[in-house]
Amino acid sequence: MTDIASPTVRISARPASAKRDIGIKRRYAAERRFRIYGISAISLGLFFLALLLWTVFSNGYTAFQQTTITLPIEFTEKVIDPKGERATDGKVLMTANYPLLVRDALIKQLGIDPSKRPLVKQATDMVSASSRTLLRDIVVADPSVIGKTIPVTLLAEANVDSAFKGQIDLSVDQSKRKVKDQQVTWMNDMASAGVLTKSFNTGIFTFGASSRPEASGVGVAALGSLFMMLIVLVLALPIGVAASIYLEEFAPKNRLTDLIEVNINNLAAVPSIVYGLLGLAVFINFAGMPRSAALVGGLVLTLMTLPTIIIATRAALKAVPPSIRSAALGLGASKMQTIFHHVLPLAMPGILTGTIIGLAHALGETAPLLLIGMVAFVVDYPGSPMEPSTALPVQIYMWANEAERAFVERTSGAIIILLIFLVVMNLGAILLRRRFERRW
Amino acid sequence: MNIMSEAAVEKALDQKMNTVPYKMIGKDVSVYYGEKRALFDVNLNIRENTVTALIGPSGCGKSTFLRTLNRMNDTIENCRVTGKITLDEDDVYDPAIDVVELRARVGMVFQKPNPFPKSIYDNVAYGPRIHGLARTKSEFDDVVETSLQKAGLWNEVKDRLHEPGTGLSGGQQQRLCIARAVAVSPEVILMDEPCSALDPIATAKVEELIHELRSNFTIVIVTHSMQQAARVSQRTAMFHLGNLVEENDTDKMFTNPDDQRTQDYIMGRFG
Repeated sequence: MTDIASPTVRISARPASAKRDIGIKRRYAAERRFRIYGISAISLGLFFLALLLWTVFSNGYTAFQQTTITLPIEFTEKVIDPKGERATDGKVLMTANYPLLVRDALIKQLGIDPSKRPLVKQATDMVSASSRTLLRDIVVADPSVIGKTIPVTLLAEANVDSAFKGQIDLSVDQSKRKVKDQQVTWMNDMASAGVLTKSFNTGIFTFGASSRPEASGVGVAALGSLFMMLIVLVLALPIGVAASIYLEEFAPKNRLTDLIEVNINNLAAVPSIVYGLLGLAVFINFAGMPRSAALVGGLVLTLMTLPTIIIATRAALKAVPPSIRSAALGLGASKMQTIFHHVLPLAMPGILTGTIIGLAHALGETAPLLLIGMVAFVVDYPGSPMEPSTALPVQIYMWANEAERAFVERTSGAIIILLIFLVVMNLGAILLRRRFERRW
Repeated sequence: MNIMSEAAVEKALDQKMNTVPYKMIGKDVSVYYGEKRALFDVNLNIRENTVTALIGPSGCGKSTFLRTLNRMNDTIENCRVTGKITLDEDDVYDPAIDVVELRARVGMVFQKPNPFPKSIYDNVAYGPRIHGLARTKSEFDDVVETSLQKAGLWNEVKDRLHEPGTGLSGGQQQRLCIARAVAVSPEVILMDEPCSALDPIATAKVEELIHELRSNFTIVIVTHSMQQAARVSQRTAMFHLGNLVEENDTDKMFTNPDDQRTQDYIMGRFG
């Protein structure tokens, strides 16, 4: 016993061998194991995210480039308006044989014998059939071009586009591929002459649906999505916030409100396609609203988003410390003043985050739109939410069903655009939260 | 006005406490939280321009009684109050009395400093703003300055009125809350353990402040500290298990209480 040996230094009487085993090693081992589980879960998640992004971007980045052919087009009066009736008959300019102008320009550019029809056909196939509308729009906008020769940038046909981007295996026998050897030769000739070039594809942002990949884009679908998002924002935010404030602050706590709360939580978990059915039955069949309209889509998505917003708002209201409420009430503020002057501003970051997450969810939703006719081939921009329109994810869904190589890259390109929208919205949510966050 | 009331206080102190008129009268006050009864027929009167301390062990009902005085119990679900409480001549629980108006007359300071997450200026100006007590910028400036002066905070914050009130120290925050309550010019100020979250120096400042406020306001303070009750109050009421045990002049209460339970509690034998 050491304490007897040296009375000034008192050391614990407990011998070292009697040290209790309280499982220190076991506890640390468990903690290490848990950390390893956590890290591997996160790594797995990151791996799949990287895989997804890599697939999408590697397939999709080429969609943002488009091959174009710039040709001097001679707007011959003989072709456009052989009888000189354009001053009296407005239809003449609309129905003129514009592809003929393209054909003539190509013959001149490539030096083909016009009498060799198969060769001419191969040449005209290299230019998108959308050239007809392009030239028509030029002439209709300014009839004075008739008789002049001006260089016009035409879209290359999708297969030429794919070949020029190197996406078509040219070692395969030409009978088994869409782009023939002659076309490849011309393509290379025009490319070296600077006539055929790759440039940034603005069309993917502005065009609507088209059966020709080079003339299709997400512009029309994006406008439909924008209409729907506006409807969701205008309807779901005030209704959701008002409902949450009432339920959280004013409603008595009884069986009825419990039932409502349970139902709201359940509604948040209802499959979205069920909301589509509801919209079909209520808005289209019962209320007689137009089919395929962004209005109906917006209403359906509002119904779908409401539970998310209500749950987020109620959580945000609950998180406001009761001391703030007491302070305001103790000063003689009415319940309404307490909520609108103090509780709501403090809950704002949470409400906004919930709303934007709900909106982002609605933006990516496809299934409910299936049932209200918004999976549609819409070529022209809708002028109002009442007109037929489609949505971004629907456009992706429809392109994914196409087999052509050019649609494959456009599908991924549209996914990139949708992802950018979502990232921007989520960033906005974070920034708004930072902006409104106040400490107490 | 100020001098008058101060003189009245001095006079009141010279005479015995029990000649000071009553500001609030509580008669047979009982409070139920659902099935549970928290207060049993309490008869307690609050004297004008006097600091009344409510003491007693935890859960004895002193805070509950305090909160009946400005109907803060209304915010608690299932809470029911019986009996009668009057402020001057008005029945506090009369359906004709507006609770907003009542709380403008009976202000409250809470246990934990709870300034709004706004500027110091806006914290003080909020009460006058919602009650329409000030209209112009200069009127607001006046109210803010005098209230902060009454709360002894003016010199510390006059150069940073537009900084957030939550950035002040705990003691300053509590005095800001007192300034906020004072700004509405209430007749009675209720304080629910106002110093329990403060250090001794901040506590001393708040106690000094309570002493000064007494000339203009009737104050009811709940406290767990015997010394604090003895220092700041003229009247003390002792609660135990929902009953009012004894109410007396503070001097008498701490030297020669009538009730054995008060004696035991003050001596620290239970509680």
